[in-house]
Amino acid sequence: MTTDDILIAAESLTVGYPIGKGLFNRSVLNAVNGVSLSIRRGSFFGLVGESGSGKTTLGRALLKAAPITAGHARYSDGEVNYDLATLDGAALKDYRKRAQLIFQDPYAALSPRTTVRDIIAEPLEVMGITRTRSDTDDRVREIAAKCRLNLEHLRRFPHAFSGGQRQRISIARALVAGPRFIVADESVAALDVSIQADVLNLLKQLQRDLGLTFLFISHDLSVVAHTCDHVAVMYLGRLVETAPTRALFAAPRHPYTRALFSAIPSLDPDDRGRGQRLTGEIPSPLNQPTGCKFHTRCPHAIDQCRKVEPVLETSGDPSGEGHAVACHRWRELMETVPA
Amino acid sequence: MTALIEIKNLTLKFRTDEGLITAVDDVSFSLNKGEVMGLVGESGSGKSVTAKALMHLNAKNAVYSPESRIILHTDQGPVDVLSLTRPADLKIVRGGAISMIFQEPMASFAPAITIGSQMVEQLLLHSDMTKARAREISIEMLDRVGISEPARRFDQYAFELSGGMRQRAMIAMALSTKPRLLIADEPTTALDVTIQAQVIDLMLDLVSEFHMGIVFITHDLGVVAQTADKVCVMYLGRVVEEGPVREVIRHPKHPYTRGLLRALPRLEDLDAPLIPVPGDIPSPLERPTGCVFNTRCTEFLGDICRLRPPAETWVDATHRVSCHLHDPEEGA
Repeated sequence: MTTDDILIAAESLTVGYPIGKGLFNRSVLNAVNGVSLSIRRGSFFGLVGESGSGKTTLGRALLKAAPITAGHARYSDGEVNYDLATLDGAALKDYRKRAQLIFQDPYAALSPRTTVRDIIAEPLEVMGITRTRSDTDDRVREIAAKCRLNLEHLRRFPHAFSGGQRQRISIARALVAGPRFIVADESVAALDVSIQADVLNLLKQLQRDLGLTFLFISHDLSVVAHTCDHVAVMYLGRLVETAPTRALFAAPRHPYTRALFSAIPSLDPDDRGRGQRLTGEIPSPLNQPTGCKFHTRCPHAIDQCRKVEPVLETSGDPSGEGHAVACHRWRELMETVPA
Repeated sequence: MTALIEIKNLTLKFRTDEGLITAVDDVSFSLNKGEVMGLVGESGSGKSVTAKALMHLNAKNAVYSPESRIILHTDQGPVDVLSLTRPADLKIVRGGAISMIFQEPMASFAPAITIGSQMVEQLLLHSDMTKARAREISIEMLDRVGISEPARRFDQYAFELSGGMRQRAMIAMALSTKPRLLIADEPTTALDVTIQAQVIDLMLDLVSEFHMGIVFITHDLGVVAQTADKVCVMYLGRVVEEGPVREVIRHPKHPYTRGLLRALPRLEDLDAPLIPVPGDIPSPLERPTGCVFNTRCTEFLGDICRLRPPAETWVDATHRVSCHLHDPEEGA
């Protein structure tokens, strides 16, 4: 992998929010803590983890919509190079056209009093991309067709549409300004399975046709397994494992990743109660454990885990795009504990 | 096995400005003690309305057809739920013999009243125990569902608990009156998979401990496979297929059930394409004639599907399907 292929490279990215009032008890909550990752151009990059793992915050930081307090995030699409940590002014405005977000809830994301045409056209007008109304209409029709909406749909209001259709409207709106990078935050979580497949197929097709790069945030591992090329697993603001999808699902290394996998309900009724259950819940970011953040729930934690925080290590993978894991014991666990 | 609840020919319409809207259409099923039934279907299929009918809990504009019967078997003999009108009688069913847990536990707890006093209130309402005893039972239940420091949690408010904890507290509250039937409406949909697995384990433990029945409403067939004994698949207010969970998941008969299973991303085969069920569920105002699924069916047979509602066909003693493909009289 050469650096030319990389659209977004985060280096020790930290997102912190100040908390507490007064002079003496001020502190910082780091929702994302020292995350490094590379997203290749044209890839579908999955980000998974429980609620509170920081995946949404990381997605927002990469859209420059959350405060980056340390580290860097470099964006490079062949035309421009930006460091998101310091981006402002005209460059930031330009970045807004290049990076867009698709929301989770298609019922909340669309204004009920605006026609679908105006909803989709708004980014063009706000960003001053088109000059005339007919220009705008052309762009809107073009992207609507790509998202399988017809001309008649454009005149209606969002309430007339089902969940799947609404999500297609949200997608059209996100894509109308011609972005390169899309953050899809739980974009199919609110949909029925029957419709979910349709929206996923559409996203994949748009990605191929328009050469987009996706950061796909989801808590549903089966969906991620089917759509993403590369997956990163987060826990309490840190990256605990990252790998190409196939490698990750074939042989997960981190005990947390393994626990996530074993918690997916199997379609086989004879497969009940299989695998280990993760006890407890993700700790509060205000009260973080020492050492490895996962040790309070890890069935394999030893003294070292409680004291020393493991670093993300790329192990014996010269290509550099391979499997990285942050766990002291993953090697011995791979040999002794079946996944 | 003894029957717990029997639903017979349940038809339910809502009176609205646009006219009568059919929400549930001639639904029949029954549930035995200690059995878990998965009620599956996409939004708009009528699963929640059906579940609420079991407690006679639908809005004032609900109209039940005269043939609709819901028979609940209690220690005092069978009760016809739909014939109950007096609040005192309804209390026996609502929160007494039947409890319900919802998808969003934050919306189900009053925000300004402690969890404990809400639990106690419910117990006092449904029994003649003392307040002190009710408190004891509530703390015991909180402990039973795996909430740490139950005595402290008892005095906390819903917003002080995490999502998984709230769902446990909700289950504790629903089960403290020892209901015979628990209706769980998407209880794990808002939870992370890890917490979902914990909640599912908990619910299955409690079924065997209290020997109650559960109606588990979900759109996740994986969750059904992990919890249910039998499955009822609904579409636009009709039961299109019902049978034992293994049968329905391994040998689905109805094109809709097959479609749902095909649309599901599976971990065993990452190369398998995801095949959506084409189209959208029609608005209840535009109910298709004939088979309700004919507008989206991939195995559409023509006029017969468009014009004639399919009869129910028994594939075997426990597995039934409503589809012209399987109707022996059609010779298909």
